[in-house]
Amino acid sequence: MRYVLFAAAAGAVVAAAVYAVTVSGRAAVSAQDFVNLQQGDSIQAGFRRAHAKGFCISGEFQASGELAAYSSAKALQPGSYPFIGRISIAGSNPTAPDLRAPVRSLALTILPDTVHQWRTAMNTPPVMAVATPEKFYQQLLAIQSNTVPQFFAEHPETAHFLKWRSHYQPTQSYATERYHSINAFYLVDRQGKQQAVRWAALPLTDDAGVISDEEAADALQQEFFSRLQHGPVRFDMQFTLATANDNPADATIPWPESNPQLSAGTIVIEQASLQEEGACNALNFDPLVLPAGFLPSKDPILRARAAAYAESHRRRAREVLMQHVAGGADE
Amino acid sequence: MNKPQTYPLAMRVMHWLMAALVLSLLFAGLTMVKSLGPWQQQLLAWHKAMGLIALLAIVVRLIIRLRSETPKLPDTVSKMQQLAAKITQCGFYVLLFVMPLSGYLMQNAAGRPLSLFGLPLPALLNTDLVLYGLFREVHGWAALLLVLLIVVHIVAALYHGLIKQDGVFRSMLRK
Repeated sequence: MRYVLFAAAAGAVVAAAVYAVTVSGRAAVSAQDFVNLQQGDSIQAGFRRAHAKGFCISGEFQASGELAAYSSAKALQPGSYPFIGRISIAGSNPTAPDLRAPVRSLALTILPDTVHQWRTAMNTPPVMAVATPEKFYQQLLAIQSNTVPQFFAEHPETAHFLKWRSHYQPTQSYATERYHSINAFYLVDRQGKQQAVRWAALPLTDDAGVISDEEAADALQQEFFSRLQHGPVRFDMQFTLATANDNPADATIPWPESNPQLSAGTIVIEQASLQEEGACNALNFDPLVLPAGFLPSKDPILRARAAAYAESHRRRAREVLMQHVAGGADE
Repeated sequence: MNKPQTYPLAMRVMHWLMAALVLSLLFAGLTMVKSLGPWQQQLLAWHKAMGLIALLAIVVRLIIRLRSETPKLPDTVSKMQQLAAKITQCGFYVLLFVMPLSGYLMQNAAGRPLSLFGLPLPALLNTDLVLYGLFREVHGWAALLLVLLIVVHIVAALYHGLIKQDGVFRSMLRK
């Protein structure tokens, strides 16, 4: 009898360990599944699995204080705060041509190296095509199998995204794009009162820019670097407040233009550097690294972004570590 | 000098409290790195706070251990098994330090702020991708090693308690 008991108990312990290591948390789609799909068959060692191509920027965020009544976050009180950022294009190829990318993005870590840091990864589309990580995964699968029209037809919630896409004209410069938080967040004031918001970086320049070489893979990067030599590039950080009619947990629906809009301040980009040499390379622009005064909304995509970015960060850090170890051994 | 039959009360209490804490931390950690679920962030915040408590706990536990008289394994246990038990025990102490420290340092190297119950904690490392890679891998692999060690430990304890009934299992239970 005690042998049976021992075998049963030992078996249960082993089974629990195997379950914890392999199955737990996987559900329908795991962070690993997402990143596997994004990186595709040819792994670009050391690079981000999504938005692999980009460069580092830095400068300061000049906060107006207009949002200070809504949030206790330091970055929203009047003042100038340094940031490290990254401008990038969608895709897993670190040498892809800038001008062919469907999505451009601007990511910031305002007040890095402090407890007040606020990370945001903003993209050119104002909305998601679908509202859940599982459907987003299906969308990525559809892109790979060239069945996107069918996917859109089967998912009516993609209508707002498709409407945006049909009107969207990529600009000739990263400095003249509009970058959106896409997901909603809550601002929290000192009394604990919450206000749902979305935000966007809106260009503050009339200079459309000149692409010197349309064929160059780095066409937009070159334009941006040469633009910076004539002075900083500015964006207005505009917050849109949700009303009772808006659902902060659904990133597929744009909020009405009539919603209150406030300017949190100006993003002043002063410097740019190649990503291998820049401070942004070590950062994961996880939109859930938020200071006190901010809270994530219930949007499930937001959690999935954080989890997938973390997995991508782990993989490229491991590759860079291995390259480092191998490099050290060669010397 | 006669060795005691059981572990002192302080060590038994620490053993069982930390067993619960470490098992929860391992389950939470192994789940949250895969999940896209809405509670993933809650689990992550909890994991970080409890991980810091586990670091304090292992320091206290090591101090108690160094100051306590602990029972000897019975002579019926072979030399090989005695050695295996020693290695397992040392392995636990090492891993229970490595886990929270690598967790803390990987957060530092990722440039993420850490706080315990609202109290900000200092970053011991600058933001660095290679160091993040190092501590993230150490944290992940040490966790798997710890799971393996726990399985070996529990199976060995059950073997002593159910099959051999030699008092080894009881020494961590009661007087």
